[in-house]
Amino acid sequence: MKISTIKDLLEAEVICYPEGLGLHVYSACGSDMMSDVLAYVKDQAVLITGLVNSQVIRTAEMMDMNCVVFVRSKMPTAEMIELAKESGIVLLATSKRMYEACGILYSNGLIGNRVKNV
Amino acid sequence: MSDVLNFHFEVDGNDFKSAGHASFLMKKNLRQLGLPPETIRRVSIAMYEGEINMVIHARGGTADVNVYEDCIEIILKDTGPGIKNIEQAMQEGFSTATDNIRSLGFGAGMGLPNMKRYTDYMNIESEVGVGTTITMKVNLI
Repeated sequence: MKISTIKDLLEAEVICYPEGLGLHVYSACGSDMMSDVLAYVKDQAVLITGLVNSQVIRTAEMMDMNCVVFVRSKMPTAEMIELAKESGIVLLATSKRMYEACGILYSNGLIGNRVKNV
Repeated sequence: MSDVLNFHFEVDGNDFKSAGHASFLMKKNLRQLGLPPETIRRVSIAMYEGEINMVIHARGGTADVNVYEDCIEIILKDTGPGIKNIEQAMQEGFSTATDNIRSLGFGAGMGLPNMKRYTDYMNIESEVGVGTTITMKVNLI
């Protein structure tokens, strides 16, 4: 799924790195626990979270993720935005709650932890 | 094993926000060396979890990464409180982290298991009141 499609489906605001909106993601993870994200997620995934601290961006960077969606109108800090720009990670913010955001993406074909065949 | 590249990092234990910076820099170095993305990811995640642990539990420490011809070795050293029961600490879900740490997204008891999951070799030496040294290796195919 294109990141621009995620933005449209979640009616999300682009916080940074709009250059990455044309990239694709192949799986998704919704979590506020970063160690769970580090344990289970495959690459080219989108992270959906309500957690706001710099470790969210670090985790995404370590996992080669190129998009993070903040739910419940949470907004990343200036420091997080700088880190994301440095790593080429698109940050989106939506007013939707975690459950709803995950449901919308799932029902539109972004099914969990699907592994991309490379 | 004739050529060894060594990267040394000091991990600041006083600033949770900057935790992960060493892993971030190391990941950049590994990319510059042209290693496979999967190998880079495994090393980065294992080192990052270790770095987070050092900041959360041990007031920081040092990280040394040695790149050999056949493997990448990560050595994490701290002078923190040590691990009382290593077997218990290796169990997924076991954690001594505070609620405050959990609110920051860590302390789910996945750190050490994740480090083992992403590496080919892992050894923990720890003494209560003295510190902990964790050695991990990721093989290069």
